[in-house]
Amino acid sequence: MTNNGNIQTLIAERAAKELTERSIVNLGIGIPTLVAKYIDSDLVQFHTENGLLGVTDIDEEHIDPNLVNAGKLPVGQAMGASFFNSADSFGMIRGGHVDVAILGVLQVDAQGRIANWAVPGKNIIGVGGAMDLLVGAKKVIVTTTHTSKDGKSKLLQECTYPITSTRSVDIIITELAVFHVKNKTLHLVELMPGVTLEQVTQHTEATFVNDLEGSFVS
Amino acid sequence: MKVYDSVADALACVQSDQTIMVGGFGLIGAPLTLIDGLIEQDANGLTIISNNLGEKGEGLGLLLQQKKVRKAIGSYFTSNRDVGDAYQAGELEIQLLPQGTLAESIRAGGAGIGGYYTKTAVGTDLAKGKETKMINGIEYVFEEALRADVALIRAHKADTLGNVVYYKTARNFNPLMATAADHVIVEVDEIVEVGQLSAEEIVTPHLFVDGLVVAKKVLTKGGIVNHDKQREYTNVNR
Repeated sequence: MTNNGNIQTLIAERAAKELTERSIVNLGIGIPTLVAKYIDSDLVQFHTENGLLGVTDIDEEHIDPNLVNAGKLPVGQAMGASFFNSADSFGMIRGGHVDVAILGVLQVDAQGRIANWAVPGKNIIGVGGAMDLLVGAKKVIVTTTHTSKDGKSKLLQECTYPITSTRSVDIIITELAVFHVKNKTLHLVELMPGVTLEQVTQHTEATFVNDLEGSFVS
Repeated sequence: MKVYDSVADALACVQSDQTIMVGGFGLIGAPLTLIDGLIEQDANGLTIISNNLGEKGEGLGLLLQQKKVRKAIGSYFTSNRDVGDAYQAGELEIQLLPQGTLAESIRAGGAGIGGYYTKTAVGTDLAKGKETKMINGIEYVFEEALRADVALIRAHKADTLGNVVYYKTARNFNPLMATAADHVIVEVDEIVEVGQLSAEEIVTPHLFVDGLVVAKKVLTKGGIVNHDKQREYTNVNR
């Protein structure tokens, strides 16, 4: 965990472990995109909002500039893949046909609600498909660094940036810990390797319930 | 339906202060030749409906740099920092919509529907000031349909009737926008004879299409390049 790349890999690898069942999965931009690398199962099919079901990796030689994911990065198409327009793609998302969405965030609050589309006064003006995924995906997993670049906790009592949805996410995975959200409350369920409870507490502004095995609920 | 040799002629319908839909997800599936034509043209004060405003200095990003865009309606402007700068400077009006709402509003606009209720954005800043309604215990927000004076579309092939097929993820918003404007111009890699596209594969039937041009600027692995070879080939086959 010495640099940012390692942290991203660690989080993506851990998120991949959540995808064990036959499922349609939508990956957001950033760390979520890396998750696909750590899936070795044929059970998971990736959906991308810009109009492809059946996203795969692509090697440099076979890059097609008109075949990309939501982050506009080159991808490949799986056997049995299909292309569709943006309204159909979001019909799939909003209509509850996507099982899991993995998203990055700017902030998460103590109820598990996220902020990831705007920073007032800054040039971050882009909601993309985030609001649709939050209302439509059956399960939402957040992958994020635990703190921002300036060291502030991203897990806050209340978001200071505008929220993306009133819906709480289901799982939050950081380089320090894994939280489940139950009844609008954060539950610490796992420490990442080599991390102590004290470190998690120190870097988490939001209140959470300690559900670690062998711990008493605080 | 008319096949245009000149991009300027194809774009003669575009006037200042109009609303223009432009297909694409970033530069992917964006009608780069027609956008180039807009840059050459005098029309300004435009309202652009497009998922993004291109990238910095590329595609619609160039039109923004020319200050020809008065208002942008789209879902994601973070990747082109010029958009935020123009907005902060008060030079550009922005209407931000969730991407699924943008797509559905265009679909509705093309299908004779005035508006619709969606779950997306309920309880967020993007639903502020919009009517809400409980339907079977779920809260929805009302979104109006979107239409435009002109739609600029990028597709793969068209036949001489104006039937259109698309290519991979360059499809995105294009087939939707092709239904939702008074005047629809489609830029393609190739124009083929009627009968060469199978009736099963046609995505945009010809009744939606008013004009065709062959692409002169295309997106490649190495970026946007001029591509006149395709044009010569097409002229021979027309």
